[in-house]
Amino acid sequence: MDYKSLGLKVGIEIHQQLNTGKLFCGCSCELSDVHHKELTRRLRPTQSEMGEIDRAALEESERKMHFRYQTVPHSCLVEADEEPPHDANRRAIEAALEMSMLLGMTPVDEVHFMRKIVIDGSNTSGFQRTALISMGGRVEVEGKTIGVTTLCLEEDAARKIAEHGSEVTYRLDRLGIPLVEIATEPEISSPEEVRLVAERLGSLLRATKKVRRGIGTIREDINISVSGGARVEIKGAQDLRLLHLYVAEEVKRQLALLDVKKTLRDRGAGRLSSEAKDVSGIFRGTRCKVIKGALDAKGVVLAIRLPKFARVLGPTETGVKRLGPEMASHARVAGVKGLFHSDELPGYGVTVAEVEDLRAVLLVEPEDAFFLIADEEEKARAAIVRAVDRLNVAIEGVPEETRDPLPDGQTVYSRPLPGKERMYPETDVRPILVDETLIESIRLNLPELPEQKISRLVKHFGISKDQAESLIKSGYEDEFELLASSFGSAQVVARIYLNTYPELEKLGLTPSELSLETMKEVMALLKNGAFAKEAIPKILASVLENGHTVARAAETVGAEPIGMDSVRELCDRIVREKEKLVRERGEASIGPLMGLVMKELRGKVDGKVLSEILRERIRQLMS
Amino acid sequence: MKYAGHVGELLDSAGAEIGDVIEIRRGKEVRSGILMPHHDFSAPSVITLKLTTGYNIGVLVDQETEVKLVLKREAKAQKKQALPRDPAKKDIAVISTGGTIASYVDYRTGAVHPAISAEELVFSVPELLDLANVRAKVLYSILSENMKVSHWQSLARAVAEELNSGAVGVIIPHGTDTMGFTSAALAFMLRNLTGPVVCVGAQRSSDRPSSDAIMNLLSATRLSIDSDLGEVVVLMHGDTSDTHTLVHRGTKVRKMHSSRRDAFKSINIDPIARIEGPKMTFLTEYTRRSKGSVQLKDRIDGRASMLHFYPGFEAEHFDLIATKVRGIVIAGTGLGHVSEEIVGSIRRAVKDGVHIYITTQCLHGAVNLNVYSTGRDMITAGAVTLGDMLPETAYVKLMWAMGQAEAPEEVRKIMLTNIAGEFAERRLV
Repeated sequence: MDYKSLGLKVGIEIHQQLNTGKLFCGCSCELSDVHHKELTRRLRPTQSEMGEIDRAALEESERKMHFRYQTVPHSCLVEADEEPPHDANRRAIEAALEMSMLLGMTPVDEVHFMRKIVIDGSNTSGFQRTALISMGGRVEVEGKTIGVTTLCLEEDAARKIAEHGSEVTYRLDRLGIPLVEIATEPEISSPEEVRLVAERLGSLLRATKKVRRGIGTIREDINISVSGGARVEIKGAQDLRLLHLYVAEEVKRQLALLDVKKTLRDRGAGRLSSEAKDVSGIFRGTRCKVIKGALDAKGVVLAIRLPKFARVLGPTETGVKRLGPEMASHARVAGVKGLFHSDELPGYGVTVAEVEDLRAVLLVEPEDAFFLIADEEEKARAAIVRAVDRLNVAIEGVPEETRDPLPDGQTVYSRPLPGKERMYPETDVRPILVDETLIESIRLNLPELPEQKISRLVKHFGISKDQAESLIKSGYEDEFELLASSFGSAQVVARIYLNTYPELEKLGLTPSELSLETMKEVMALLKNGAFAKEAIPKILASVLENGHTVARAAETVGAEPIGMDSVRELCDRIVREKEKLVRERGEASIGPLMGLVMKELRGKVDGKVLSEILRERIRQLMS
Repeated sequence: MKYAGHVGELLDSAGAEIGDVIEIRRGKEVRSGILMPHHDFSAPSVITLKLTTGYNIGVLVDQETEVKLVLKREAKAQKKQALPRDPAKKDIAVISTGGTIASYVDYRTGAVHPAISAEELVFSVPELLDLANVRAKVLYSILSENMKVSHWQSLARAVAEELNSGAVGVIIPHGTDTMGFTSAALAFMLRNLTGPVVCVGAQRSSDRPSSDAIMNLLSATRLSIDSDLGEVVVLMHGDTSDTHTLVHRGTKVRKMHSSRRDAFKSINIDPIARIEGPKMTFLTEYTRRSKGSVQLKDRIDGRASMLHFYPGFEAEHFDLIATKVRGIVIAGTGLGHVSEEIVGSIRRAVKDGVHIYITTQCLHGAVNLNVYSTGRDMITAGAVTLGDMLPETAYVKLMWAMGQAEAPEEVRKIMLTNIAGEFAERRLV
C-alpha cells in the first residue's frame, strides 16, 4: 500500500510504568493476587464552570456503572480516595526528567499536577493525576527525525478484574503506579516506522533502569488518520509487535468507510430516522436462539429500514469490515448484546422466509438495508437510536473516536474522543520547581545510550553486532547482561533470548512470563552440568506449560545428567558399529557419527564434549 | 493566590489579570496560555500558565522576561438560576455555611471557590429537586475552623425562622472539622423542633466525581421529608463505601478520622438511624417532631475554655487561663483525672468563681472521680463531673448554660440536666 499518497499520519503515545514506588503514596508498585477487602463506590460527572460536561464522561455515566474495588495487603487510604495524596514521588519526577533529557526535551520550570476527569471507575477519585514535565524533543529512527511533543508523568489506573452488567470490579494494586507518557508528533508515515519509533523509545526508557518490566508495564496509544478520514485513537495496545498491524488495519478500515461514504452519497442516502417497528410477530416460531431467548424473556424484536444502505454493512470482498460491527458496538453501549443486519441474513438461525416477511413488513427496496435488535424494549429502543446515529455519521465519513485493540490486529469502537475541557489543578499536591541544580545533576548522570550499549556488549561479551542490536530491540538487553556476566556462556544466553524465545512463541507459549529468577536458575544448573544447553528450549517450554521449577522441568524432559562413563561407552559402541565408515572417511566421519550419538543423548550432554570424545575414539581406531 | 513582588509588577504593567491569555517571553523561549492564580506553594518567581492542552505549567520569571497580554478574559454573564417550586412537594431549607461540601473549582482558572451560592449547590445535585422544594440560603461561606460562637447564634436564628415558616426540615451544609460543635450548639439553642435539623458535610468536595456530598445531601433530604424526627443531627457516610449514611445525635457525635468518608461516629450511643437509598431504619429512641413552634434559646457566653490534660501540664498555664474565663471544661485522663498540681489550680479557680467541669479524653465511657484519691481530691476542690458527655459538647453546653443563667448553682443545675440527649445513663456492652 502506498501510505504516502494516502496521507497517512500517525502519532504514538507510549505509557511506561516506573519502578520508583507509587506516585502519591508510599506503596510498592508490585501487583498482587491476594485481595482483602472490597469497597463499592459510585462516580458521577461533575459540571464544569461553564455548565459543560465532558462528552466521554457523559457517555460513561449513561452506563450507570457502579464500582467495586478490591484492596490488596499493601493498599492504603490514598489509593482508596480516603486520604489526600502525599507529595509527588521525587524519584519518579527525576526519572521523568532523565527521560526528557534523553529525548532532547525542554523541561517546564515548575511541574504542576492536574486532575484529568475519568469516570469509568478506573480511578477511585474519578480523575487521573497528571503533569506535563517537558516539551519539544525528538527521536531518530533510520535517519528520520520524529518530533516528540510532550512527556507527562501520571498515575496508572486501577486494574480491571471483572465486569458484570453495570458493575465493574477493579483492584487497587496498579492504581497510582507512576506512568511516563511520551507523545510524538503525527509525523510517522508508515506502519513499519511506528514499530521502529516504539522500539527506539522503549530502549531509551529501559536505558534509565527506572522502568517496570513485563507484560502490561508498557502500553501504547496510536493516533491514526488518512486524507479524508479522521483522527482515530487506538488505546492501550500492550503487544508492541502488533503496532504496525493496528496501523495497517486501521488504514484499510478508514479507506473502506470512505468508500461507503461515496456509495451512500452516489445513491443519495439521507438522514435516517430511528423509528423502529415491532416485528416480534414474525419470529413467534423462530429457530434463531438469540431472538427466541429475547422473546422468552418478554423482550421484543425491533427492526428498522435503512434506505440506500444495502451492501455497505457487511465486509468488503477482501474481508475488510464495514458498518456492521461499528453500529453493533454503538448499540452495545445501550446494554444490548448485539444486532442482526440484512447483509448477514438469512443466517444465525434466521430463515429465508423470515427475511422475506421482514422485507415485506418494512417495505425494503433493493437498495435498502435493515437491522433488528431483540431485547427488552427500552434497551432495544435506546440501542437503535445509537446504531442509527452511527449510520448517519457514515454519510459524513469516518468519525473521530477511541477504539480498543484486539489480539488479532483489529480494533473495536470504545468511546468518542475525549473533549478538551476536562482538566483542573490538583490543588492537594505541591508544585515542584525544576531548577538548574536539579537539571545539572541529572545531566551529569545520564545513562548509557542504546548505541553505546551495543558496542559495549560486543566488546565485552564477544557477541556479534547483529546479536547486540537484536537484544536491544527485543528488550532483553539487561537480562542478557546480567546473566552473561554472572554465569558466562554469553552465546548461550543470547541464543535463549534471540532464538529460543521466538521458537517458544511459535508454540503458542509466552516466554515473556519467564522471570529473571527462572533464567538465573537455568544458567546456574547449566553451569553445574545438570543438563546440556541443548535441553534449554524443552526445559523452558515445560516451565511455561506446567508451571514447574527449572529442576523439575529438567527431570520431566529427561534432561537429567548422564554419567560420562556411559557416554564413552556409547561412543565406543557407535565407533565399533560404524568401523567401516570410520576407516573409509577418517576424521570426516565425525559428522554422521555425531548424528547417531546425538539421537540418543540430545539435551543430556553438551555437543562439544561429545564431538571431542568421538574425535578421540576415531583417532584411536585409525592409529 | 495573588502574584506579588517582581512577578506581580510585571503582570500589572502588562495589564494581565487572572483568566487572561498572555505570552511570556524569555530569550528565545516563548510560552503562551491562560494566566492562572498563584499556588500558595509555587515559587515566588513563577507564573502559572494553562496551556491549550489543559495542562498547567510554571514559567520562571527573571529580569529579562517579558509579558504580553494577548486576550482579555471574556466577562461571563452571571446567570442566576431560580429554583423551581412544585406545590405537590414539601419545602425544605438549605442553609449553607461553607466548607468542603460547598467548595467549587473555577475550571478556567482552577481557583477553588470557598463557597458557591446555595442555588448552585442545589443545582449540582439536581436530584434534590425531585424530592422536595428547596429554599436555599448562603448564611456564610467560611471554613469551619473559623466558626465562632456568634456564628452558632445567627445559624440557630435562621433555622428557627425556616422551621417556623413552613420548612419540614433544615439542611445545613457545613465544614466537617467543627461540625460536631455546631450540631451541639444548635441542639441546645433550639427547643421543641418541628422537624429534623441536619448538619451535612463532605470529606471529598462536590467538584470531584467521587464526592460523598451528593449521597449525604440526598439522604439528608429524605430524612427531612420522610421521617418524624425532631432533633439536631449530623448525617455522614456510614462506611468508606457509598452504601449507606448514618444519622448521629448532634450532642453525641465526633469527627474521629481526619480524612475518611465515615469519619463521624456516635460516641457512647448507637446512631439514631441508618439510611440506604430510600430505606430509612431507626436504630435508637429519638425525639419526635413537635407541633411547634420552635423556641430559640440563643443566649450564650463565650468566656469558656477547654483544656486537654497531659503529663507535665503546668499549673501556671492553668491558672493564667482561669483568670481569663468564667468556665473551664477539662478533658482529663482515664476516668477524668488531672495531676495533684492541677487539683490545686482547680481549687483556686473554683474559689474565684470559675466553673470547672470534668470530662474524659478517652471519649468512650463515663467520668468517675470516686475511684481514686486524685479524683476524690478533684471533687473536694470543686470540680463537677459530666458523665459520658463529650468534652466538645460539654464546652459548648457550658457556654450556653452561662448564657442562660447567672448564679453558679443555676449553671450547675443546667449542666447536670439532660437537655438534648448529651448524657446517656447507661452504656450498653
